[in-house]
Amino acid sequence: MKILVCIKQVPDMESKFRIDADNAWYSEDDLAWRMNEYDEYAVEQAVRLREQIGDSADLTVLTIGPDRVREMMKKALAMGCDRAFHVKDDVALRRDPFEIASLITAFAGDRGFDVIFTGMQSQDRGSAQVGVLLAEMLNIPVVTTVVNFSFADGVITVKRELEGGIKSVARMKTPALVTCQLGLNTPRYPTMPNIMKARKKEFITVNSVDLAKVDARLSTKKMYFPEKKGGLVLEGDAGKLAEQLLDILREKTMVLR
Amino acid sequence: MKALLVGEYRDGKILPSTYELVAFAQKIGAEAAMVMIGDTRTVPKFQGQLLLADAATYGEYNPDAHKKLVQEAVLRKNPDIVVLAHSSYGWDLAPRIANLLGAAQISEVIDYADGAFVVPVCNAKMRRNLKAKTAVTVVTLQAGAFGLAMEPEGTPDIEPLDIPDRVSSVELVSYEAAQKAAVDLSRADIIVSAGRGIGKKENVAMISELSEAIGGQLGASRPVVDSDWIDHSRQVGTTGQTVSPKLYIACGISGAIQHLAGMKKSEFIVAINTDRDAPISEVADVMVLADIKEFVPILIEKLKAVRRSL
Ligand SMILES: Cc1cc2nc3c(=O)[nH]c(=O)nc-3n(C[C@H](O)[C@H](O)[C@H](O)COP(=O)(O)OP(=O)(O)OC[C@H]3O[C@@H](n4cnc5c(N)ncnc54)[C@H](O)[C@@H]3O)c2cc1C
Ligand SMILES: Nc1ncnc2c1ncn2[C@@H]1O[C@H](COP(=O)(O)O)[C@@H](O)[C@H]1O
Repeated sequence: MKILVCIKQVPDMESKFRIDADNAWYSEDDLAWRMNEYDEYAVEQAVRLREQIGDSADLTVLTIGPDRVREMMKKALAMGCDRAFHVKDDVALRRDPFEIASLITAFAGDRGFDVIFTGMQSQDRGSAQVGVLLAEMLNIPVVTTVVNFSFADGVITVKRELEGGIKSVARMKTPALVTCQLGLNTPRYPTMPNIMKARKKEFITVNSVDLAKVDARLSTKKMYFPEKKGGLVLEGDAGKLAEQLLDILREKTMVLR
Repeated sequence: MKALLVGEYRDGKILPSTYELVAFAQKIGAEAAMVMIGDTRTVPKFQGQLLLADAATYGEYNPDAHKKLVQEAVLRKNPDIVVLAHSSYGWDLAPRIANLLGAAQISEVIDYADGAFVVPVCNAKMRRNLKAKTAVTVVTLQAGAFGLAMEPEGTPDIEPLDIPDRVSSVELVSYEAAQKAAVDLSRADIIVSAGRGIGKKENVAMISELSEAIGGQLGASRPVVDSDWIDHSRQVGTTGQTVSPKLYIACGISGAIQHLAGMKKSEFIVAINTDRDAPISEVADVMVLADIKEFVPILIEKLKAVRRSL
């Protein structure tokens, strides 16, 4: 069985962001980077499926991004992926979901993956499109927002999360794709021996231009910070802050009366 | 501008998000028709044309058929935009429609300004105005971004919608009802919620102590629940409970849209966070810039002292 998991590197959302000079995206300088949270669940599920199938399974992890993605890819290898495929692209984060899905399709099109995992959305732009687009372009079934996954005899059974605590159970035959929601599993931490082993694993890099030429379907008119609404901001010594807060609560709420 | 709204129907009911689509069309002054895979006995209140396909025939979750039904509706109505809710139905279906139509998709739209669609970026810390280069644009609307000013009204002109192809590559096996929450937070006057910013499971005790000291209930954001630090019955947000206490204290919670949706109607909101720009600051009446681990124990002590003197 051939398995693919697609992951993306995103900035830490607690970063101090700045808008880039062209007013079309955030500046990628001086940010802390990490694996998209949803994709950690995708990697973990892919590794679990790989372990379930055993030696006949083969798990590729793919990303499109600049050189800095290597750390993230090493983590995915240390979690249990067999091979890393890095599509080098310095403007990957600025590309729209259609471009990203087209690039992955160019890679996956004739490689015959049986199961593909993606995150349900990326944390920076939250589009929730790439996984579904990829499946549609590859002409395979896809189910989104998966919080439970199982595989047996060529059939994938998943639980989808709907609104208000309702879930649905869906089934499809492989080849197929699922997009992973938070809480699907508990992503493992790479162990030291596995980090060492990962260093010897295959790591392939290709340039995006050599993979496919795709044109964007979206254009950015502008990027900006919203006007701050918000209320009072308190900072300083913790003891004083606590007293200030209690005074405010006493005055403005029914608490402490 | 002409809009085709893709209404939502599940388990015999029209979902309220359908009316957010109507509100959006009104707000941008679009001429709107609606398409829905539902049933003739349960039609949405809507003034305009409703292209209606039968859910009993096509299935409620049959994305292969639904995308083709919407495509057929697009051929008939020739819209500039196809509008869905950014919901489990909408984000699943929208990219399929976009791919079929060769259209661009813009997700999580919160506004429309100067001919562009406004979307949040990085946990709503920034905004981006986007435009499609394609003839048709598929958009999904962030839940709660567009509300109807008045009760929905009107009776649609129904136009039956059918396609020859009904097969589906995915099979909906069943629905699972929501588990009844063991704790009803919706009645609580005070809620103190723990987010990922509390750092580790051991620190739940501290937040729990604060909630007791102030006479409230313990709440949680989703990652804290997913990690099994706090029980799911205490989760606040779109996939947890919706609450509106007199006082909500968010400890180490960034304020993602799905969390805000569950608590922004609280009367008074206090956020304790190290990040001044965390989106929770948009709804917080008081933002305390402090480290939870340092601040909360001090707050508990002072609170207890005040209680003793009351
Ligand atoms: C379909 C869907 C449904 C969802 N439903 C829900 C839901 O019902 N409820 C929900 O909560 N989420 C839900 N989510 C997840 C949501 O998008 C966010 O991922 C989640 O709310 C983030 O939780 P958090 O704020 O605790 O964590 P984070 O976003 O990681 O924020 C942690 C915060 O703690 C602060 N912090 C860190 N250290 C400290 C410190 N020492 N002292 C003080 N502050 C500190 C940081 O500045 C940050 O703001 C859903 C997501 C999806 C896609
Ligand atoms: N640059 C990328 N490289 C690899 N996978 C990606 C990339 N961007 C998005 N994805 C995948 O697509 C999912 C959904 O992304 P999005 O449509 O951007 O919200 C992510 O969770 C990833 O699994």
